[in-house]
Amino acid sequence: MNSIFPFEWIVAMRFLREGRMQSIFIILGVAIGVGVIVFMSALLSGMQGNLFKRVLSSQPHITLERPKQQATPVLKLNGQETIAATIQKPSQRMNTIDQWQKVRDQMRARSDVIAVSPSASGPALVVRGSATQAISLIGIEPDAYIKIVPLPEKMIAGSFRMTNTDMIIGMQLAEDMGVQLGDKLRVTSAAGASLNLNIAGIFDLGSRGANQRTVFVLLSTAQNLLGMTGGVSGIDLTVQDPYLAEAIAQLIANATGLTAMSWIANNNQFFLGMRAQTYSSLLIRIFVALSVAAGIASVLVVSVVQRQKEIGILRAMGGTRRQVLRIFLIQGAVVGLLGSLVGSTLATGLLAAWRVIAKNPDGTPMFPISMDFNLFFWSAVIATLTGLLAAVTPALRASRLDPVVAIRG
Amino acid sequence: MAESLLRLESLNKSYGQGTPAETQVLHDIQIGIGKGEFVALIGPSGSGKSTLLNIIGLLDRPSSGLLYLTGKETSTMNDAELTHLRGAAIGFVFQAHYLLSAFTATENVMIPMMMQKGHADIHMRQRAEALLAQVDLEQWKNSMVGTMSGGQQQRVAIARALALNPPLILADEPTGNLDTKSTDAIFELMRRLNVENGTTFLMVTHNMDLARRCDRIIELVDGRVV
Repeated sequence: MNSIFPFEWIVAMRFLREGRMQSIFIILGVAIGVGVIVFMSALLSGMQGNLFKRVLSSQPHITLERPKQQATPVLKLNGQETIAATIQKPSQRMNTIDQWQKVRDQMRARSDVIAVSPSASGPALVVRGSATQAISLIGIEPDAYIKIVPLPEKMIAGSFRMTNTDMIIGMQLAEDMGVQLGDKLRVTSAAGASLNLNIAGIFDLGSRGANQRTVFVLLSTAQNLLGMTGGVSGIDLTVQDPYLAEAIAQLIANATGLTAMSWIANNNQFFLGMRAQTYSSLLIRIFVALSVAAGIASVLVVSVVQRQKEIGILRAMGGTRRQVLRIFLIQGAVVGLLGSLVGSTLATGLLAAWRVIAKNPDGTPMFPISMDFNLFFWSAVIATLTGLLAAVTPALRASRLDPVVAIRG
Repeated sequence: MAESLLRLESLNKSYGQGTPAETQVLHDIQIGIGKGEFVALIGPSGSGKSTLLNIIGLLDRPSSGLLYLTGKETSTMNDAELTHLRGAAIGFVFQAHYLLSAFTATENVMIPMMMQKGHADIHMRQRAEALLAQVDLEQWKNSMVGTMSGGQQQRVAIARALALNPPLILADEPTGNLDTKSTDAIFELMRRLNVENGTTFLMVTHNMDLARRCDRIIELVDGRVV
């Protein structure tokens, strides 16, 4: 018997070892629970991380625009009489942001903003022969914009380099117009300006709609085509914490008087979906943890009944209630800890198998799975605490046993 | 008369006190047991022997009366004080050995010492092995108790009861489950320990042959000493 362990530890470990089959089955039960939780969490965080990355890497976190034009109602006479019965909403013209350079500098000075990129965008048509396609023309400063959307990573042909006669188009548009690198397309804006631009690159933003409609050109080119000489229609921002984008957008809107749209507001359904997924996964984890706790508790309750006489004799020999209590609490905690270790190993194996099974047709993983050490650590801590809590009732029951009753049975 | 170890004065025990079903099982018990005595407690079933033994063993409390053990009066002690005194002054040997089957013979003997100190050490092992040698189980010291015979298990239980060198051993029909040969051997062992160590024994038994071989017999009939 090892002298470094307290008496209660020694007895608890011997009790667990003696009821070997019982211990193995309950540890297995905990392991399956922990395995499911770890596997599910890793899968979900990998999947959500990947989805977030895809969504966030193809759009700015916040876009600043000039506020929409409002029809100003005619004032009422004496506050009583109504002059106009209906107020017609005005059509929205393309508007530039006043003193956009000043706003850009203000945004650059913010500590929660890590990238600022002005853009001039508007509707246009691309024409090749008899083929015409409506597009969204976006004029950018490439060096600033790649900090907002990493376009170089999304290029499938050509490169992300532009002169004022170049354009970069989506793969769907290229296919629809039957063009390839080096070909030219005529771009005509709604304002009537028209330019022949050279296709310098083709990208894939991961969305058919975006690949069909989006065309990038230099900011100056877009300004010329859209009639926004020197102006920009929007300022795109990347923030430190994407999850705070909405709150930051509100602050910026209040400070500048501009309309600030966060990616959260723009992708409300996506965000709600993610949140619902997170909550449902949390619920599943809670119920798995509860069933694990119930399993540990039931096994320990049976153990208390089985060991009633042994507990009685320990008490008769001078064992205190606290010592008996600790013996059973330790058993619960050890079962939780061992179960979590086995469960983590199980989950690691499952995740490795998942990586082999869940692959895209080209052999790349369907989505990266995060194997976070913290997940294993916290699973072990929570499983141990669950075991400890589950053991409280049986341990109290054991400690309250009257030695006379326990011995007499 | 030997120096007093245990004294019971006007001790009564009732169950269901204050209810119509109140039953008095012990009546005005007056007993004194001196140090080094080997006393038999006899009586028919239901006479209150076990209740008396539980009260003397500080596992149960009397309804009234006084109990002095090693000079200390116990009626005002709380549970923790009783547990402490029980651990220090009393060793128990039961009809069923109630050894912990997950432990070896030596470890079972070490348990009362470990409970007192909170951990195991080499001195405890040495004492446990010495006690096992005293009960002629030296060769079995590393055996799991489940692999031992009934007589051997009872010897381990006796060695365990002696672990903290208590002045009083309470033996509740220690030979009740044993054959005649083992009964004799266990009784002789207890007698020898009584003489060699000066330990006081109070043994409940139905076996009149054994009772007659004790220093003194206390007989209980219907909860009264006769």
